[in-house]
Amino acid sequence: MAYNLKEIVANKPARFTAGHRMCAGCGAPPVARMIMRALKEEDHAVVANATGCMEVSTCIYPYTSWTTSYIHTAFECAGATCSGVEAAYKAMKRQGKLPEDKHTKFIAFGGDGGTYDIGLQSLSGAMERGHDMTYVCYDNGAYMNTGIQRSSATPRFADTTTSPAGDVIPGKMQSRKDLTEIMASHHLPYVAQTIGVNNFKDLYEKAEKAIYTEGPTFLNVLAPCPRGWGYPTDMLTQINKLAIDTCYWPLYEVVDGKYKITYKPAKKLPIEEFLKPQRRFKHMFKPGNEWMIEAFQEEVDKRWQELLDLEEMSNKNNENA
Amino acid sequence: MADVKINKDTPWQEMTPGGDIYEAGNSVCFKTGDWRSVKPVFIPEKCKQCGLCFPVCPDNAIPVGKDQKRTDFNYDYCKGCGVCAKTCPFGAIEMKEI
Amino acid sequence: MSIRERLSGNEASAIAMKQINPDVVAAFPITPSTEIPQYFSTFVSNGTVDTEFVAVESEHSAMSACIGAEAAGGRAMTATSSNGLALMWEMVYIASSLRLPIVMPLVNRAISGPLNIHNDHSDAMGIRDSGWIMLFSENNQEAYDNLIMAHRIAEHKDVMLPLCVCQDGFITSHSIENIELIEDDKVKSFVGEYKPEHYLLNDKEPIAVGPMDVQAYLFEHKYQQANAMRAAKKVILEVAEDFEKMTGRKYGFFEEYRLEDAEIAIICMNSTAGTTKVVVDALREQGVKAGLLKLRVFRPFPAEEIAKAVSHVKALAVLDKAESLNACGGALFTDVTSGLYTNGVQVPTVSYVYGIGGRDTTTKEIEGVYHDLQEIASTGKVENPYRYFGLKGGAN
Repeated sequence: MAYNLKEIVANKPARFTAGHRMCAGCGAPPVARMIMRALKEEDHAVVANATGCMEVSTCIYPYTSWTTSYIHTAFECAGATCSGVEAAYKAMKRQGKLPEDKHTKFIAFGGDGGTYDIGLQSLSGAMERGHDMTYVCYDNGAYMNTGIQRSSATPRFADTTTSPAGDVIPGKMQSRKDLTEIMASHHLPYVAQTIGVNNFKDLYEKAEKAIYTEGPTFLNVLAPCPRGWGYPTDMLTQINKLAIDTCYWPLYEVVDGKYKITYKPAKKLPIEEFLKPQRRFKHMFKPGNEWMIEAFQEEVDKRWQELLDLEEMSNKNNENA
Repeated sequence: MADVKINKDTPWQEMTPGGDIYEAGNSVCFKTGDWRSVKPVFIPEKCKQCGLCFPVCPDNAIPVGKDQKRTDFNYDYCKGCGVCAKTCPFGAIEMKEI
Repeated sequence: MSIRERLSGNEASAIAMKQINPDVVAAFPITPSTEIPQYFSTFVSNGTVDTEFVAVESEHSAMSACIGAEAAGGRAMTATSSNGLALMWEMVYIASSLRLPIVMPLVNRAISGPLNIHNDHSDAMGIRDSGWIMLFSENNQEAYDNLIMAHRIAEHKDVMLPLCVCQDGFITSHSIENIELIEDDKVKSFVGEYKPEHYLLNDKEPIAVGPMDVQAYLFEHKYQQANAMRAAKKVILEVAEDFEKMTGRKYGFFEEYRLEDAEIAIICMNSTAGTTKVVVDALREQGVKAGLLKLRVFRPFPAEEIAKAVSHVKALAVLDKAESLNACGGALFTDVTSGLYTNGVQVPTVSYVYGIGGRDTTTKEIEGVYHDLQEIASTGKVENPYRYFGLKGGAN
C-alpha cells in the first residue's frame, strides 16, 4: 500500500509488542516495530536475532515481545541461523510439508557488534548464498549491551569504554567501517541505509522493498542509544534528524547496483550540530581539539561526495541503457 | 493474551524444554511502567492527531485506534523517556515529575 | 534382501544420509570428513534427495544453520572433524540446550595444534560435556548402522538431543570395506518422519526459541537436559532392538568380546577395537584369558553397565586416543574408573594414551598392554596407572 503512517499504524500489527526491556528512549524498538509492520498481514515471519541489546531485552524467559516466530542462537551467527531456517522452509515447502498458500518471510536483526564485527562472516556467507531473507543491522555505533565498547561501526574520535578519550589518545582513532558499501559489493538485489525515528516513510518503504525483493537483502538502520551516545533520552527524534541533516548518516538505496539517495537535506548542517549534544564527542570541543572536528567534517564530506558520485554514475548508466 | 504461567518458582517439570516460549507476544504481561520517574501527560485539547508521537514511542505505550487517532497513554508500559513530548510540535504532551 | 557393497566409511555415511533424506544439510569441508558433504551434494545435484544443501562458509555457520533448520521444523544434518568441530563448539552446546535433535557424522581427527590431519579422538573428547549423544563405530558397517539408528534416538520425545556418530578419520573413513546396506524403503520406514510438536515455521503457533534464560530458569533447563540424557539410555536400547529385528545386527551400549570369562580386559573405542580383537583371539589361542569391551555409547555413559561387565576381571586397561593433559589419565579412563568406584567395583585399572595424531596402533602394542595386564593381575598392584604406548622414547 502507498505509505500512510497513520493508516499503517492503525491497521497493521506491530508484531513487536510492549513489555520489552530495552532502555527508556532506545532508538531500536521503533525501528524494529516499523520494519515488522512492513510485512503483509497475511504472511508468517521468522525473526532471527543476534545476541545483543535487542535480544536480551525482548526475549527474556518466559516472555517474548515478538508476536511472530523468533529464534536467537548466539552473537555472531544471525545470518547463518536465519539461512538455516530459510533452507528448511524451501525444502519443506517443496515436499509439501507446509501449507502451500501460506508464505513465510525471514528477517534477521543484529546490532553493529553482531553485524559489522563478530557476525560479518556469517552475514556475508548468508548473503552470498542467496537466501531469501532480509538482514537488518540496527546500528547504535558500539557494543552497547556489554557497556559501550567500541566496534568497527563506532565513529572516529568517539569516547567509548574501550576507546576512552584520554590524555594521549583522544578516543577511537579509526574511522567507521562502511558496512552498507560492503553489502552493496555483494551485488545483492537490494541494499539500503535508512533511519527510523524522524523518517519512518524512508524506513517503511525500504523495509517493504527489502522484505519483498526476492533474494538476500540488507538494511542498515541508525538506532541512536541515549546511554552510549550520551544525549538526553527525550532527544531521539532530534538526534536522528541531525544525523541525516549533517549527512553523517546518508539515506540511500542500491537497487540492483543502482544508487539512489533518498534524502538530501535542503541545507547540509555542519557536523558540530550532530556531535555537540553527545557526551561521547565532548572532548572534541575542548580548545585545541578543533582539528578533530575538522577531520570529522572532512570525512563526512568525502563520503557524502562519494555517494553523490555513485548516484550520478547510476543515473548516467540509466540514461545510456 | 494467556497468562504467563511460568515464573521464578516454577519447578523443572512444568518448564518448557529448551526455554522455548509458546505464547508469542506474551511480554505484554510484563509491565514496565514502574521504570518511570517522569510521566507524560496527554492534553487532548492541544492534540492535532498529527501522528508524530505514536511511532516514536519505543514502548508502544501510545494506543492508536482503528480511527487512526491516538488516545491516552498506556502507563503499564511507558518508561517515561519523554521522546513523545519532545517530538510533539503542538505541546500536547507534558512531562511531569511523579 | 540387504545390499552388499564395498564402501569407505565416508561413502557409507553419505549413503545413510541419502536414505535418511534430511530437509537440510549444511556443511563445510574439513579433512577427513569432507567426502561426506561432497558425496551428499552430488545426491542433491542429481535430485536423488529432497534436501536443501547449504554450502556454508564455516563450521560455526554449519551448526548455526542446522540449529535454524531444525528449530524451523526440519531435519538437519552436517558432518565435520577436528578443528571444524572446535569452531562450531559454541553452537554444539546451543544445539543441545535448545533440544534440537540434529545428527552429525564426526570423523575423528586430532585437534590442532600443531596442525595434524590424522586420527585421534581429541575432537570428540572436547564435546563430551555438551549434551550430545555420542556413538562410536569400529568400522564402516557400524558407522552406517549408527547413522540409521540416530534419528530414532535423537528425536524420541523423551530425548530430543543432538547425536553424533564417530568413526576414525582415514582408518575407517577412507578405507573401503564390505558393507551391508539396508534397502531405501526399509530405512525410510525405520527412520520415520520428523514431526516436532513446536516449530518456527508453524504459522498457527508462532514460538520463540533461544531466550535469555536467567538465574531462575537455567538450572531447571539444564536438569531437563540431563534427564533427557539419562532417558536416552533406554531409547538407545529400544532402537537397537528394532534395528536388530530389521537387520539381524545386534547393538548395545558396548560389545563384549570374549569378555565373559576374561581375566584381563581392554576398554577402547572405534577402530582400535578391531585391532584388539585380533590380539584377543591370538592370546586366547595361547591360553591367555583376554577380553575386550568395545564402547559404542560414550554419551550417555553407561557407567553401571560397564562396571558390571568388567567386575570379574583381575586387571583392566582403558585406552584413550586423546591426551587429556590433566596429569591423571585419559577422559575415558577417568569416566570408567569413576564408574567402577561408584558402583563398588574394585578392579586394578590403568590408563593408556595412544595413537595421538594418527600414530599407528599395532597388534604388537596391544599385545604389550595385555602383557602388562597379566603382570598387574598376578601382583594385584598398579604401579603408575598413567601410561602410554607407541610413544617414541617412552613415557617418564
